[in-house]
Amino acid sequence: MHFWVIQGLNGLAFGSLLFILAAGFSLIFGLMRVANLAHGAYFMLGAYVGLSAIDNGANFWIAMLAGGATVCVLGGLMERLILRRMAGQPLAQVLVTLGIAFIVADGCLWLWTGDPRPLPMPSELEGVLRFQGYAFPKYRLFVVAVAFALAAVLWLLLERSRIGAMIRAGVDDMEMARAMGIRTSVLFPLVFCLGSALAGAGGVLAGPILSVYPNMDMDMLPLALVVVILGGIGSLGGALAGSLIIGFIYSYGQALFPDLAYMILFLPMVLVLTLRPNGLFGRRLA
Amino acid sequence: MSLGSIVKLIGAAALLVLPFAIGSDYYVNLASQILIAAILALSLNLLVGFGGLTSLGHAAYLGTAAYLVIYLTAHAGIDALSGAVIAILATTALAMLFGFLALRATGLGFLMITLALGQILWGLAFRWASLTGGDNGLGGLVRPHPFGIDLGDSTAFFYLALIVFAIALFSMARFVRSPFGQSLQGTRDQPRRMRALGYNVWLIQWLSFVYAGFWGAVAGVLYAYYHQFISPHALALMTSAETLLMVIAGGAGTLFGPIVGAALVIILKNVVSAYITRWVMLLGAIFVLIVLFMPEGLVPGIARLSRTAFAKGRRPREAAGIARVEERSA
Repeated sequence: MHFWVIQGLNGLAFGSLLFILAAGFSLIFGLMRVANLAHGAYFMLGAYVGLSAIDNGANFWIAMLAGGATVCVLGGLMERLILRRMAGQPLAQVLVTLGIAFIVADGCLWLWTGDPRPLPMPSELEGVLRFQGYAFPKYRLFVVAVAFALAAVLWLLLERSRIGAMIRAGVDDMEMARAMGIRTSVLFPLVFCLGSALAGAGGVLAGPILSVYPNMDMDMLPLALVVVILGGIGSLGGALAGSLIIGFIYSYGQALFPDLAYMILFLPMVLVLTLRPNGLFGRRLA
Repeated sequence: MSLGSIVKLIGAAALLVLPFAIGSDYYVNLASQILIAAILALSLNLLVGFGGLTSLGHAAYLGTAAYLVIYLTAHAGIDALSGAVIAILATTALAMLFGFLALRATGLGFLMITLALGQILWGLAFRWASLTGGDNGLGGLVRPHPFGIDLGDSTAFFYLALIVFAIALFSMARFVRSPFGQSLQGTRDQPRRMRALGYNVWLIQWLSFVYAGFWGAVAGVLYAYYHQFISPHALALMTSAETLLMVIAGGAGTLFGPIVGAALVIILKNVVSAYITRWVMLLGAIFVLIVLFMPEGLVPGIARLSRTAFAKGRRPREAAGIARVEERSA
């Protein structure tokens, strides 16, 4: 019983991390049809920037802001200077993001060298929470709270704000949306910056759990993809569902079948693809 | 004789005398590596350039065949030839399965699925240490002595790689120019029209996927014998991405583009890396620049530039590669 509860909580924590990672990717992909393969690199860069901030005396929250802001600016620049030149060519855009992922990843290796480093968690969240004979790290519970809060905020943004309506319109039918007067020249950079900022801040948030290390980008990117494929493109609810499913399967799988653990992450995706190619809640899969 | 044919003849002659012209074992080995990478890139090009299906999981076939050949030959005691044949057949069967899954979508969906499938294999190789040696990899493969020739010698191995490369290039050229190859290019350019004409687009794509996987497996066997060692790195996303880079940079949709791309990446990796530590960044930057300014790739791009340089006033030829794929999928 103890095993199931603790692994369940671990699954919840990992799933929450995945959601924070995948939410930005899903937003960008859903609206702009750009699979931002640099998303993992952004995640990693945010974590490194946060690490440097903490090294220089900032507290965790400032570090998270710094990580998010840096990547937000980088993402905005990438969208404005590079992706916009290839509007209407989704494949070329994807390839360009791949090249940029290489550049960012190597840049991180250059600036921060190759040693893996744990990101120190905020002192108020150290330690465990004890309840009914169970003990679970406070920080992981915090990450779960952040993920659900983020989901709520994004839902509010998408469903109850004007910008959200524009985003949803763009996801449904970009050409019609533009014909109705929605300015993609403003909307796209906005969404791209938001998605990138989420990745950057998410990297800092994940730092205490995953540590920050080179190649983190190529570790995280496939996970983001699996979540989005599983949950369905263009659906944030799908991203949440997908993240949690993967989180649970990974936690239990890792404990029960350690040899097959990594592979188990992808099995739900394979299953969904054979039975329901559009994902659990998605629209058409490109 | 056209300029193109002359260039090809010179290239072929150069390859034949390469080991004697260069002399240094290091560069002969480098040439072998380029040939192996070129076979893999050419096989990916069948999908990307001629099929319009961009895959980020092609290293799966390289790695699987390599793991199988090393496991069977060095650890399970099977002889070299049977080991190689079984490895290639088993990997081709894997390509059949993966093609089935990946072709549930096209375009970006296909890309993401192939990426994920490649990652599954990587994870398997990385974690299932009892079977694959995990991050330590599998080694112990000894190069055989067919007909008394010691393949441990770099020159001998180079000629083996060259023979396999020539067969691969010839076969793929025949494939592309055959009616089936033409129908594959048709499904890339106009899938709906092909369906309307009665072609089974899915089947054409699936069969091409399997054929590409087959040649990827052949490259994998050569790779295993070249390095005499295999680790999960061969299955990693990075390797698939580099292979895609080779294809796109060299020129998707052309037969010689991937070869140039393979040479570019391998030389950057092995030679330039000695002088420039940040060669990965350089590779990424070159890729970004090529996609931005020369999207058809180096080979068609340079051909175009040389044509406009030699014949002013004529219209440049229609762009190939991703540029063309873009037009059709829009």
